[in-house]
Amino acid sequence: MRVVVDFDLCESNAICMQVAPDIFEVRDDDFLYILDEEPGEDRRGALEEAVQRCPKQAISIED
Amino acid sequence: MRESVTVVGASLAGLRAVETLRSDGFGGQISLVGDELHQPYDRPPLSKQLLAGSWDPERANLITPDRVDGLDVQLRLGQRATGLDVSSRSIEIDGVPEPFDGLLIATGARCRTLPKTENLEGVHTLRTLDDCLAIRAALEAEPRRLVVVGAGFIGSEVASTAISRGVEVTMIEALPVPLVRVLGTQVGEIIADLHRSHSVDLRCGVGVTELLGQDRVSAVALDDGSTVEADLVVVGIGVVPNTDWLESSGLHLDDGVRCDETCLAAPGITAAGDVARWNHPRYQKPVRVEHWDNAVEQGIHAARRLLQTDEEATPYAPVPWFWSDQYDRKIQVAGLTSPDDEVHLVTGSPEEGRFAALYGSGGQLNAVFGMNRPRHVMRFRALIEEEATWEEALALGRELR
Repeated sequence: MRVVVDFDLCESNAICMQVAPDIFEVRDDDFLYILDEEPGEDRRGALEEAVQRCPKQAISIED
Repeated sequence: MRESVTVVGASLAGLRAVETLRSDGFGGQISLVGDELHQPYDRPPLSKQLLAGSWDPERANLITPDRVDGLDVQLRLGQRATGLDVSSRSIEIDGVPEPFDGLLIATGARCRTLPKTENLEGVHTLRTLDDCLAIRAALEAEPRRLVVVGAGFIGSEVASTAISRGVEVTMIEALPVPLVRVLGTQVGEIIADLHRSHSVDLRCGVGVTELLGQDRVSAVALDDGSTVEADLVVVGIGVVPNTDWLESSGLHLDDGVRCDETCLAAPGITAAGDVARWNHPRYQKPVRVEHWDNAVEQGIHAARRLLQTDEEATPYAPVPWFWSDQYDRKIQVAGLTSPDDEVHLVTGSPEEGRFAALYGSGGQLNAVFGMNRPRHVMRFRALIEEEATWEEALALGRELR
């Protein structure tokens, strides 16, 4: 499972960071950083929630 | 076991509900009924990228035809729910009754309008894609002046987009300070300054008495006796939940469809999004939330509720959150403010163009406002979720400084 973010769409709303702080972090520069590009299967639920709740539809999962 | 689900309202809440039903393994029939002819689309870009002309309408689509096929949903676009009878479990679509098994109501809200302006050209509200394209065409025709009525979030975004297109803008706000009821005087004044620094002629504490013009609007008359010339007017004075079709349904209506704390309106009937007013356990009162994020979350929750027994049902208790993009600023608010809140600025300053403001009362943190502070807003949102004290919030504010 691989996390993909379209950085052209991302607006750093930081919703993903709240849903999965171990995978996403919006830093002081207001840019999003992916902390864990290949999280374990146990994080699929959280990742799917981040995909669904991203206001810019900028996150996707590649299997 | 439920055999079929009818979802009324083919926008964000309704679509997320359908997706949830399928991802949770519901194998019955699903129909999604919507009164607009367009494929379901996302509304935030209507006042931003689409209005600015930087996006084509297709880019705002929420779903591809392939995905509709994959969801195995009967998509009934251009069809309007016109009535409901809870006792006989019958819904009326375009006047024709049909039975339903499970029903999810997500009919959203519509814009309030100014009286006696229906037949006046050049006067718009902004809610739908068609509204957006009409205003966009009017902006492209290079109007002399846009008057925005209402300095709320929609009005502010329209003003911001019009300014970026080089249009002169006057904004009329009846309250003495923009958004004062939601954000208080201090933060409201900061937003007023933001508009003025971008050359918006912002006039507060003054109401609109009438729009002047024969067939086309020519000016806006204000209750201080002045008039503002205008060839384009956008009215952003709030919305009304779409419950007219439910008047004789037997459902409890009160500025929205009244639901219990699990989003249930009646047995086998749930509601989600702008149209739903539910008993929020965190606030111990019925609330209705008109935010994008709530449409997603409540759509998911209300869909699951339809598949659950009363024993399995869980309360819906989110901390509301929304964002608004104006000029070069990203504004975000999490939580619910109240009029007697103490307000404290942390992490940054209005002069820097980035700061957060905490709202609290009774020793509790109630809400956070952020301007270009997405990361901090989410940290404080987590604190609100944990029901943190005001002192804990201030401590985090000092730490983030």
